Amino acid sequence: MTQPSGTTVSAVERERRAYRRGRQRRSALVSAVSTVVVAVIVWLGVVNTPGWASVQKSFFDPHTAFTSFPAILLGLWLNVRVLFFASIGVAVFATFLAVIRTLRGAVFAPLRWLASGYTDLFRGLPVIIVLYLVGFGVPALGVFPRLPAEVWGTLALILTYSAYVSEVLRAGMEAVHPSQRLAARSLGLSHAQTLRLVVLPQGVRKVTPALVNDFVSMQKDVGLISILGAVDAVRSAQIDVATTYNFTPYVIAGLLFVVISLPLIRLTDWLEARQRRREQIGGTV
Amino acid sequence: MTTAQDPQTPPVLEIRGLVKSFGDAPVLRGIDLSIARHECVAVIGASGSGKSTLLKSVNLLEQVDDGQIFLQGEDITDPRVPVDATRARIGVVFQQFNRFPHLNVLDNVTLAARKVHGQSRGTATATALRWLERIGLADKVGDYPDRLSGGQQQRVAIVRAIASDPELLLLDEITSALDPQLVGEVLDLVADLKRAGSTILMTTHEMGFARRVADHVVFLSGGVIVEQGPPELVLGDPQEPETRAFLARVHPD
Repeated sequence: MTQPSGTTVSAVERERRAYRRGRQRRSALVSAVSTVVVAVIVWLGVVNTPGWASVQKSFFDPHTAFTSFPAILLGLWLNVRVLFFASIGVAVFATFLAVIRTLRGAVFAPLRWLASGYTDLFRGLPVIIVLYLVGFGVPALGVFPRLPAEVWGTLALILTYSAYVSEVLRAGMEAVHPSQRLAARSLGLSHAQTLRLVVLPQGVRKVTPALVNDFVSMQKDVGLISILGAVDAVRSAQIDVATTYNFTPYVIAGLLFVVISLPLIRLTDWLEARQRRREQIGGTV
Repeated sequence: MTTAQDPQTPPVLEIRGLVKSFGDAPVLRGIDLSIARHECVAVIGASGSGKSTLLKSVNLLEQVDDGQIFLQGEDITDPRVPVDATRARIGVVFQQFNRFPHLNVLDNVTLAARKVHGQSRGTATATALRWLERIGLADKVGDYPDRLSGGQQQRVAIVRAIASDPELLLLDEITSALDPQLVGEVLDLVADLKRAGSTILMTTHEMGFARRVADHVVFLSGGVIVEQGPPELVLGDPQEPETRAFLARVHPD
């Protein structure tokens, strides 16, 4: 705890601080030691399995990892681009759906039904089916110009993930206390302004962890566009596997997906902590 | 205060040299205060004088930066003392009621008795009904708090705090969020509790109430106790110019 400058601390407080520091050190030590112990046990358990030698060769081969890395990284760049556009698409479409579902009044009933029917349908459909329908079915209609597979893949992801994200956003908007709406309308803000300036910002904060969840989940599913023939990280790994008969490229691709998800997760943790500090004063229990 | 007290039994609450800051801003700068059994102490002062922080520190909702707080002679600011067990011995009523909107009145009142104090549902319900009957809300047990008036909600919150028979009751400006015509019913309940022997530490803006119920009034300003004593002295004949200025602002007559 900080002290106003110029004050000295009593012996009692010094002892309390020393005790708390000691406790902190002890619990840090306990968690560090137990982590190491668990890691060692798991490691020894895996290494001593009868098939470890062959698994190591076919999944963790340094040479294959090194040679396949450039192609996979290049493929990952496609994933990142798809992710970028899909995120924007989802943000726009999901907000639109969520707002429609929160509209009150009989006039909007058909729209509401349409939106809720849409979310029901696309939350139920497996992503892979949507990918096939959009990626192979829609081009087969013959009315669209020839577009690369990743464009259809992006569209399929937007369709699927908007359904999930719109429900999360709706939950967030409905968790904003009605008094906030009253206060905004009483200031003369229109319904749309109230939504945009008061309800949505608060709603999004309430559901940030769930949104990040969906984002990371979509980031992984971006890898599914490979089934349409797009040469992304997963496809590149697959090509390497087919030539080397070694599964290491899959492991590399998997690790790369984890690595690109980390910065966002840390960023949102930090944002949330900052928001808590800014909007609340004093202790939390 | 400590004057009329048996030296063998420690005061219910004793605060020594309490210091608390938020960042670089000192909020409490050395508070000494003692409350005997069955005594009611009212803390008055302007907004930001540290009243609420004082109460939060006593309930260990804030970690103090220096000084000690003794509950029945036990130093509760000692990090070795279990925090939850200490809080279970203290009842708190908040300005904004802080009732649980997802539980009905009865469950609001019996939650701590059942989950913290290990009472059976039957025992807890019996105690709660006795209390709710006493405050005239026996017909509301199944209602959800948001359907009650502010005064009723606050009385439910008070019953929730005292249902487990706490050693000390903390009341943090419990009438500040109420309509003036609802203040009376809440204050009457507190006066009842005081007569029944509760030990109370409260912050309040109701000077008339402090005068009626409190045995001892403490005027807090800038994080220090400027003046304290019996209500008729502190409120009726304040010695410090700062106290007089504060009282003149609250009661302009």
